[in-house]
Amino acid sequence: MAPLARRLTRRLALTLFVLWGAATLAFAGMRLVPGDPARIIAGGVQANATPEVLDAIRDQYGLREPVAVQYVLFLGRLLRADLGGSYQLGRPVSRVIGEQLGPTLALASGAAVLGFCLAVALALLTAGRPRARAVSRVLEFCSISTPNFWIGILLLAAFSFHLRWFPVLGDDGPAALVLPCAALVLPIAGVLAQVTREGLERALDQPFALTARSRGATEHRIRARHALRHAALPVLTLSGWVLGELLAGTVVVETVFARQGLGHVVVAAVRGRDFPVVTGVVVLSALTFSLINIGLDLLYGLVDPRVREAAV
Amino acid sequence: MTDSSSGPPLLEVAGLSVDFATRRGVVRAVRDVDLSLRAGECLAVVGESGSGKSVTARALLGLAGAGARVRARTLSFEGRDLRRLSGREWRRLRGRRIGYVLQDALTSLDPLRRVGHEVAEALEVHGLAGRDDLDDQVIGLLAEAGVPDPDVRFLQYPHELSGGLRQRALIASAIAARPSLLVADEPTTALDVTVQAQVLDLLGERVRAGTAVLLISHDLAVVARLADHVAVLYAGLVVERGPADALLRAPAHPYTADLLAAAPAVDGPARELPLVRTGPPAAGGCPYAPRCALADDRCRAEPPPPVPYGPGREVRCFHAGRDRPAPALDRAAEPPRVKDHAVVSVRGITKRYRSPGGSWRTAVDDVSFDLRAGEALGLVGESGSGKSTTARIVLAEIAPDAGTVLLDGEAWSGLRERDRRSRRSRVQLVDQDPLSSFDPRFTVERVVGEAVPGRMPRRLRRDRVAGLLAEVGLDDALLERRPAQLSGGQRQRVAIARALAPGPEVIVCDEPVSALDVTVQAQILALLARLRREAGVALLFISHDLGVVRQVCDRVAVMKDGALVETGDVADVFRAPRAAYTAELLAAVPRIDAGRAAGRAAPAMNLEGLP
Amino acid sequence: MTAPGSYGVAARPALPRVRVGAARAGVALAAAFFALGCLAALAPGLFAHGPDQVNPALALRGPMAGHPLGTDQLGRDVFARLVFGARPSLLVGVGSTLLAGLAGSAWGLLAALGGRLVGEAAMRLADVLLSFPAILMALLVVAVLGPGTRNAVLAITMALAPGFARVVRAQALVVRGSAYVRAAVNLGLTPARILLRHIAPNVVAPLLILATINVGTALIAGASLSFLGLGPQPPAPEWGAMLAQARDYLDVSWTLALFPGAAITLTVMSATVVGRALQARYEGREAG
Repeated sequence: MAPLARRLTRRLALTLFVLWGAATLAFAGMRLVPGDPARIIAGGVQANATPEVLDAIRDQYGLREPVAVQYVLFLGRLLRADLGGSYQLGRPVSRVIGEQLGPTLALASGAAVLGFCLAVALALLTAGRPRARAVSRVLEFCSISTPNFWIGILLLAAFSFHLRWFPVLGDDGPAALVLPCAALVLPIAGVLAQVTREGLERALDQPFALTARSRGATEHRIRARHALRHAALPVLTLSGWVLGELLAGTVVVETVFARQGLGHVVVAAVRGRDFPVVTGVVVLSALTFSLINIGLDLLYGLVDPRVREAAV
Repeated sequence: MTDSSSGPPLLEVAGLSVDFATRRGVVRAVRDVDLSLRAGECLAVVGESGSGKSVTARALLGLAGAGARVRARTLSFEGRDLRRLSGREWRRLRGRRIGYVLQDALTSLDPLRRVGHEVAEALEVHGLAGRDDLDDQVIGLLAEAGVPDPDVRFLQYPHELSGGLRQRALIASAIAARPSLLVADEPTTALDVTVQAQVLDLLGERVRAGTAVLLISHDLAVVARLADHVAVLYAGLVVERGPADALLRAPAHPYTADLLAAAPAVDGPARELPLVRTGPPAAGGCPYAPRCALADDRCRAEPPPPVPYGPGREVRCFHAGRDRPAPALDRAAEPPRVKDHAVVSVRGITKRYRSPGGSWRTAVDDVSFDLRAGEALGLVGESGSGKSTTARIVLAEIAPDAGTVLLDGEAWSGLRERDRRSRRSRVQLVDQDPLSSFDPRFTVERVVGEAVPGRMPRRLRRDRVAGLLAEVGLDDALLERRPAQLSGGQRQRVAIARALAPGPEVIVCDEPVSALDVTVQAQILALLARLRREAGVALLFISHDLGVVRQVCDRVAVMKDGALVETGDVADVFRAPRAAYTAELLAAVPRIDAGRAAGRAAPAMNLEGLP
Repeated sequence: MTAPGSYGVAARPALPRVRVGAARAGVALAAAFFALGCLAALAPGLFAHGPDQVNPALALRGPMAGHPLGTDQLGRDVFARLVFGARPSLLVGVGSTLLAGLAGSAWGLLAALGGRLVGEAAMRLADVLLSFPAILMALLVVAVLGPGTRNAVLAITMALAPGFARVVRAQALVVRGSAYVRAAVNLGLTPARILLRHIAPNVVAPLLILATINVGTALIAGASLSFLGLGPQPPAPEWGAMLAQARDYLDVSWTLALFPGAAITLTVMSATVVGRALQARYEGREAG
């Protein structure tokens, strides 16, 4: 299928562009920092490193080269997937990220699956039923408006400190995943449920739904065979944003529950201005995000035949 | 079943009412409607927008909607009382015994599903086909509905089919389970005339095959072609019903008569359309009283009951069959003066577009014509013929790839916008959807006021706008309204007032009446004719409706696939078309007076009933 | 059966009036709450005193006389801290929305009306910035500029602006392609006049509504930053930072975590409700 191949090529080119943009942004950020980079590497502005130590750092990190040369070297390393070494941890960034990726992925994917299931179930149950919809809308509105770290803290207070059902800290076992997942999933499930239900109701209002009813199809069949596919379109459009929110949510939720993970690492890196780590996470998340969006795009084409042949 | 004039009717409806609860109170969409329909017959329900005709159709399928309250004295189909059906029983009836065809198959077929799946749904739901023969049955149904290459089409999606094919596929899905009643709600409204004729023929075949067809339409000519019986709906009431021939030949209710008179014809003697009053139905008394030329105090006080009127006919009117006083014809004091110099000269324009696939499509192909000062030139053609693209080039909204457009002999196309701007006021536009052409934040006063040229104080501008509104027959009480609060006819008048404001020499009218009810259409057409006489403005009148073009224009240009196939005086072209395509178009137009004979190749008979 | 003789439209209200009334009351309540929050941000002294008054003897108490919402780990009055926390919290929420709205509008208009090359460049830049989660963008900015209230505002502005730019561009393209702009061109109006009279107002009105709804998002993002210790620095009272401190004393006092979270949530809700109400009014007017 030629149009598909063309679209994929275009999207991949755009991904490369985005990655380059993200890396450049991170590099520019590093250079924009007020103060001497060598001092920051040595442990912050207030650190009283000797001039000899600073000189050694300048040599090690190539800070004496002109900025343009540093930029080219930076991009060259990036092409080889070499993200450099962490200033603070003294270890390669790729290894730091590799170690911390697991718990974050477990948390985010768990929440994503849970969120989508919850939202679709809620939407299917409440679409076109005014009373149930009203209740559900209030719940969704509350969950959307509540910051997930507050939800996390409340859950922690209720279930860990008060009821002692779940561990307060740590990341061992699935039990430790329950509360963070819940905190992460509620705001997202609220948005998704809203969008899914609106999509369902819009589809159920369309002439084709009336036609299907006129053929004797049951309401259940119309929802499952017709309306759900239509509702999937806005949900897919929103999914990229939802997954971004999930990644963002892990940053906060990991802090609330004192879990290991990328979020934890990145917050520590931002506090300590550990730029190689920040850059690594930025580039990685831009890559993940772009790939997810390409996947969603393909999925969209599968669901909606009308966009399949239209070039993006 | 063989003899359609005796035996119990297939469908019997008496005293059907449908109410909707809305925020503003109960809307009584359908009131006390009586209908009856036999196998092998076609009953048409006719009415303008908001008359309750679609609601009536849906009520027969138990699909009037969640907020609807349906009541009836009798509601029987195939001898069963529909009022007592459970949801499950309704579902067994729908699709199996009653098929339903909606307007606009693009939205009535699920756009995300293959055509074959849509056609198969009724068979699946009612368990009428096994896995093995489902595809074969569906292909057979598509072939029966006149879809060429059905084995290819059934794998395609609705958007990949042309409008006519989509409508055929929709009909195939409605007749899949061989229902004895087919309800068709405006089945041909969005279609070109030639396609419309084919779809009507297809429905006619079903009738001859013994299916009862309930046809919902706003178009009396379509109805005349297919219907055995007609029920005319106004404000939810059947104001008149009876055999189609008699009712259309000699209407008894003033509303039916007005409807018939307002529809422009493509042949017969040219006539001025009567100016029928329009407006909302009355809340008490006869609902048509505010618009009726015969209305007296009694009509305004008490609602007329249905009374018999000739064989098989019934009418709700105290003055049934009485001749209406000749409505105030907007007589032409003098015919519009057409001068012999061309205001707009179109010379060999061509416009090509790139299609998504990468190939080039020629939208307008070497088109030339002159629009003389003060004349009305009709541009007709089916959808995709390039008439709207031509209009946009004449308006200099887009530049032609080749050829030129001259305005008063001076260059018009191919200029820089800056050099054209001062002359823009000389060519104005009135298009199909006036509402979208008004800034949603603006009041009527600002919409029209913006078009009044020159600087002036607000009071003066307001007076000018009020004058323009009066010219198009609008009250200056509308000045403060927003266009969204106006009716369709009022909006089109505002659009015309705005087009008149800068004193143009040419108004391009792009399907200006195709979204309007026929009585409102007649008013707008009369208004355009009057403005031509009084303001001496030339019209480039684009329409798919040949009757309307004949009514308005002096000359006509026929377009097909981007090219002009014929140009000439309206009278000559309509009487004796030279191009084969023009003849084909004219032949396809349904006519009220030709009746069913035109649409039927063979006399009505039930083939299944033959030994 | 219907009685013949009553063809008219009955005037019985179909939907209970209470519903509409309750919705109106809800909107009024939300607007009042939001106004109160803004007032507290402008003049906290009207409501409470001494957010930084330490009293170790009364640390971590629940609500009681003199301290309606209890005290924190240093014995400071939670209510006073909440009131004084409104300023930095709302400053981040409202301020960054305003800035992002302004920057995003300029950006989006440029992308829509500024010609092919400029437009393409502007939108690709937005693509890059939107290619990772907003919070990460904000974290990057904080990493560069360092923590603090002003920097948090800038960080969230940077995070939100590309989203606004996209919306503005899309809306501007819709308006520019609309039939009423076409009509204005046909009347021979100058481009400047069309931009001023038709395009700008029809782009700005929906944008203002979007911005109101977006205040909630910005508030949550700001609170998240300060929860992570990257926003306003202690001892300044700020709702997110208060929650971060409360997290450490959950085993002793759970009410400490209750009120700052409630303050954030209620403010977000009220902003959203007001925005939605504006939207409903605007769309209602459009539809007539």
